[in-house]
Amino acid sequence: MSVTTTTNAATVLAIDGLRKIYNEGTDQANMAIDSVSLSVMSGEFVCIVGPSGAGKTTLLRCISGLAALSAGTVAFEGKQLNSVPEQLGLVFQDYSRSLYPWFTIAKNVALPLAARGVPKAERAARVSEVLASVGLGHVENKYPWELSGGMQQRVAIARALSYRPDLLLMDEPFASVDAQTRFGLEDLILKVRRDLGITVVVVTHDIDEAIYLSDRIVVLSGNPSVVKEIVEVPLGADRSQVATRSSKEFLELRSGLLSLVMPHED
Amino acid sequence: MSRLTTSVLTTVDRRHRASAPLQRVARVATVLWLPVLLLVMWWIATSASTSPFFPPLSTILAETWNQWVVFGAWTNAVSSLRNLLIGYLVGISIGVVVGSLLWRLRYLRTAANPLIYFLYVLPAPALLPALIAIFGIGEMRQVALIALGSIWPTLLNTLDGMRGIDTVKFDTAKALRLKSWRTYFNLVLPGASPQIAAGMRASLTVGIILMVVSEMVAARSGIGYFILQSQAEFAITKMWTGIVVLALIGTLLNFLFVLVERLVLRWYFRSRALGGS
Repeated sequence: MSVTTTTNAATVLAIDGLRKIYNEGTDQANMAIDSVSLSVMSGEFVCIVGPSGAGKTTLLRCISGLAALSAGTVAFEGKQLNSVPEQLGLVFQDYSRSLYPWFTIAKNVALPLAARGVPKAERAARVSEVLASVGLGHVENKYPWELSGGMQQRVAIARALSYRPDLLLMDEPFASVDAQTRFGLEDLILKVRRDLGITVVVVTHDIDEAIYLSDRIVVLSGNPSVVKEIVEVPLGADRSQVATRSSKEFLELRSGLLSLVMPHED
Repeated sequence: MSRLTTSVLTTVDRRHRASAPLQRVARVATVLWLPVLLLVMWWIATSASTSPFFPPLSTILAETWNQWVVFGAWTNAVSSLRNLLIGYLVGISIGVVVGSLLWRLRYLRTAANPLIYFLYVLPAPALLPALIAIFGIGEMRQVALIALGSIWPTLLNTLDGMRGIDTVKFDTAKALRLKSWRTYFNLVLPGASPQIAAGMRASLTVGIILMVVSEMVAARSGIGYFILQSQAEFAITKMWTGIVVLALIGTLLNFLFVLVERLVLRWYFRSRALGGS
């Protein structure tokens, strides 16, 4: 495990010695993350994988500025976090919990724009534009609960992209949809990343998904989390669900990662 | 009152409604058969009644028309409704505002909690003598009593509804960088609105009760005054007409409330009908 956290101009996210202890200072203190250090470069696609209960969501909450750290530092574009940075887009696992059912799709997507002072006249155009970029047309006046799960998660992604963030951070973004929809959404994220040149960090428990999507995979150990290994994924920029997933490199990476995540099987 | 109207406006899918008008008739019949049956039984049972306490229903209905329309007793209903409306609106406004403040200010909430439940379990009519002492015997005292009573169901439901909002929705608000007032109007208030509406409906019932109670003590107008006065004059049929009018008004107000609720919370009822969140 050799991780350097040098901060240069191209580093979007620099995490150094991150530790998170819940109920710190009480007798119920519970260390979720022991020590995590890694850095994400501009334009990179990084997946964070680990067994369930490895504190993946906790890690995401810490590096997005939603939760305070117990020790260590997280810097986004060179600045220490104290809240969610303006140029960070966040997508949660469960769209039905993160979208606001009392607002139409247009209003949901326009919320962060309004909060950022985008003039009202400009918002509608930006909303249709970003909805089109995630493959959704003419759903502006629908409500979230009128759409399928996959479409709702697209709305959540559109909402995070609407203000053109530099980093898109996603927590198990495709875990709540069925397998077929999932492939579609994975390709959508790859396309969005290509089109916008955005940096993406995805937390997932799905090793296949991590290999298919990322340039680099950060493997976390179980409870409390440390970075076990960082694996490069040299599969190139163009990927396809059928060809990539059945390629020799993919399968080799897969068996290597499986043995890392499940060390007791051989 | 509310028991009769709760099921009147069950969610009806538009497509079904258009395709099967017969079903709609059947649905209305399902709701109405019992009240209609009871009215018919009342009519038959009292048709030959000579008891001064239970005049025939036909006599009561005819007298209702005479008293309330021809002889001008409707002014009593107007003054009752005016007091109710003002008191109710003041009460639920205080309920929502104070409920929101208590949700926002945790220390105030902890400190105010015993006090709120103390006031909540205190029967509001018990305050009537105190209110008479403070406001005299004008209508101000009636309005104040209605307001005081209707605060609590709305306040407690507002607080409860706001505390029950999903934490992921608050994380979302932080991630989208919504400032606190924007979070309040875009998340907290709409998120708690179904429960706030439930509280307002309970407040309405309390308000109607207090409207009548307040008019029965040291008042010179209102439906409650009319009922009590008629009984004191031993005009029992006239007394019954007051009760009929009161029941009609209560039913109508509840019906109106449900109608407005369905319109304002359309997203809530429609998403629930679709089985969504």
